[in-house]
Amino acid sequence: MSVFEGFRFRRVSSVIHRLDPRIKFFYVCVLFVMAILFNKLLVLIVLFFVPLPFVLMAGVKREWLRSMRGATFLVIFIFVINFVFGFLYPGMLQDISPPVDTLSEYLIILERSLTLTVRFVVLVESFSVFFLTTSPDHLGLALEQSHVPYEFCFAFTTAVRFVPVLAEEAQTIMDAQKARGLELERGNFLKRVRNYIPILIPLIVGAIRRSLELAEAMESRAWGASEKRTNLYVLKLKKGDYLLAFSSVIMLIFAVYVWLSVPIPSLTTLLRL
Amino acid sequence: MAVIKTRDLTYTYPGSTKPSIKDISITIESGEFVILTGPSGCGKTTLCRCFNGLIPHFYSGKVEGDVIVTGRKVVDHSIYELARHVGLVFQNPENQLFALSVEKDVAFGLENLAVPRDEMRKRVDWALQMTGIEELSERPPHELSGGQQQRVAIACVLAMQPDVMILDEPTSFLDPVGAQKIFEVINELNKKLGTTIILVEHRLDLASKYANHVIVMDEGKVVLDGEPRGVFNSEKARLIGVGVPKATRLYQILGENGIRLGRVPVTSEEAASLLREVLKRD
Amino acid sequence: MIEVKDLYFTYPTDVEALRGITLTVDDGEFLAIMGQNGAGKTTLVKHFNGLLKPTRGEVVVDGVSTRKVSVAQLARKVGFVFQNPDHQLFCETVEEEVAFALRNFGFEENAIKKRVDWALNLLDVAQYRQTSPFMLSGGERKRVALASVLAWDPQVVILDEPTIGQDHRQKEKLRQYIVQLNAQKKTVIVVTHDVEFVAECNPRVVLMTEGKIVAEGLAEEILTNQKLVAQASIVSPQIAQIFLGLADLGLPTNVIDVHEARRILLVLLEGGT
Repeated sequence: MSVFEGFRFRRVSSVIHRLDPRIKFFYVCVLFVMAILFNKLLVLIVLFFVPLPFVLMAGVKREWLRSMRGATFLVIFIFVINFVFGFLYPGMLQDISPPVDTLSEYLIILERSLTLTVRFVVLVESFSVFFLTTSPDHLGLALEQSHVPYEFCFAFTTAVRFVPVLAEEAQTIMDAQKARGLELERGNFLKRVRNYIPILIPLIVGAIRRSLELAEAMESRAWGASEKRTNLYVLKLKKGDYLLAFSSVIMLIFAVYVWLSVPIPSLTTLLRL
Repeated sequence: MAVIKTRDLTYTYPGSTKPSIKDISITIESGEFVILTGPSGCGKTTLCRCFNGLIPHFYSGKVEGDVIVTGRKVVDHSIYELARHVGLVFQNPENQLFALSVEKDVAFGLENLAVPRDEMRKRVDWALQMTGIEELSERPPHELSGGQQQRVAIACVLAMQPDVMILDEPTSFLDPVGAQKIFEVINELNKKLGTTIILVEHRLDLASKYANHVIVMDEGKVVLDGEPRGVFNSEKARLIGVGVPKATRLYQILGENGIRLGRVPVTSEEAASLLREVLKRD
Repeated sequence: MIEVKDLYFTYPTDVEALRGITLTVDDGEFLAIMGQNGAGKTTLVKHFNGLLKPTRGEVVVDGVSTRKVSVAQLARKVGFVFQNPDHQLFCETVEEEVAFALRNFGFEENAIKKRVDWALNLLDVAQYRQTSPFMLSGGERKRVALASVLAWDPQVVILDEPTIGQDHRQKEKLRQYIVQLNAQKKTVIVVTHDVEFVAECNPRVVLMTEGKIVAEGLAEEILTNQKLVAQASIVSPQIAQIFLGLADLGLPTNVIDVHEARRILLVLLEGGT
């Protein structure tokens, strides 16, 4: 669950928080493209360090660490899978003819696995920073102004708004059923799964009832009255946004240039020299 | 001028064999503060939904008779058209607030109506001020208490400046002090803006002092319709099981023992001053 | 039966909900815990069946400290009826719903059948035996929830805000159930802010505000004390307010019941004639 913690917004305000989410998203996409473009470990390690200043400037170090920690399992899993398969099919995944017997061949497999792992980390890291520094309403507003159909924006912000409510309701339901003797901690795996039925059903029925009440309230406040809605807020691009946009574009151009014309050595070759 | 008029209104929910409300014929004048009450299941909520168009447009089912609200026949107008004139505040404050900040929620109805931004800003600030929650404008709904959330819900409806505001048991989840605050806000709207109020309530001891028109329903029909003192004092109200204010109950009990107070009281202050007269006489 | 010794409780969100509560509840008592929303009433009673464990201090139920036993074990003795019945209803029929806790507690089939019959009849819902609880009205669902708790015959019954959304007649029925339970020597604890309801039942009252107990005593003493009432942000029952307004004429100020009021006034008026 803690990998989701990293994606939960905390009410902090900083320069980074105030940046336009659309520009931040563009920046994250550029990072994403660069991470996919390069399969050289050296570059990916550099890319790992790029968003860190943002983490520090935004004051979300603790939450960011928590989300990185939450991704640990997946990170290890990716590394192990790639290493094992790289070892089992050296010809397919690397340029090595079986069997694998020299140190340098091991290093090649190791480097490839590390590359893919670090790429995954960079992806998680960038998106985590994006979500940690963007409030859900800011994000919803950005979606609206990006001409995403209003129904989706509304569904998004409403879902976020009700996350704490549903979490509380789930806790209350668990309390209510525990108070009737339901044991949630004991029993084998199958029994434990079955014991969650008295929790899930009230939760789902409650969610359906809640949706009906929400729909009534929406209709009563003129939902669907106009083809084009107006908005209380408007996102305006400021200096910081232009700066970030500009830097991202430069970064992208530079990256494409390097990818096309500069050969980057693999770490293994570098170490051997 | 009658702001709501119904004639033999009968409604059956889809899939139901019995109508939920039957032969309702009532008239509500502009500017009135109406209390609509009756035992659970008597049809109060159903009737409210007929006033803003949720019935028949959202709920389908079979409607017979007429409902005319601010001169418009409800069956002929969509819910969003009627929303400009009739606002409905529901029982559970939590499920009426969908935005992530109070002022965005208050603006929701105005955004739907495509009100231009400047006008919207003015109306939102005005609604927040009328309900006394300006300092909460940027807070997310989850951080607010039930009473605060309910005031936000009222502001959301108020921003659309309806002629009629219907509130369906708005204080159910609030403690007595919170409930009093809500009634005071509603009363302000009625007295200052002339908004017609229809309040569905069980807590008559707290709410009855504001009303000038009381309608009692039982099993889908209107059984009492008139001014508060007469309705609360009637035998029928007691038989149906309406929770009349204790002050009125005391008046009735004393009457049974031959003690007559000057008038029918609905508040403790009235009862106290009436008793004072009687006690001083002896 | 229940002893609370200097209880402090802080939620994981660092909200200190209870600050030094000391209270004794005797066997067979009828106790009302009152105060405004947020005073800590529900937090307190959740300690009685172990749903919450003290941060500091101790809660002893029937001689056993709540820290030492599980919720299921305490629930056998302490029944808790939650405010919203929809938080616990999940079975296909009312009968199964009422039997749920009995099965959890390991009753045998014969006993279960007998108790379910008894509870359904007591709460007047026997005709809905085979109906789905989701098809019933709000008031009926509340009665099914109450039946499902009374079925296992706990020594203590806690009712959390049972009067919310109830009309006058339903509250009167509730009052009668409580009287019946008391007659069977059960301890009944009601958490409520409904002063008129309490005025009609006249239980022992514990008044709370901001996590502390500010007063303990008979309803007629506490609900008529204007200082306490203001401190705890509740209101006095209407009858009390009437008599308060006539205090200068020498009328007693601790009257909350309408019949008591009549008796006193008749004596005064008849005496004068």
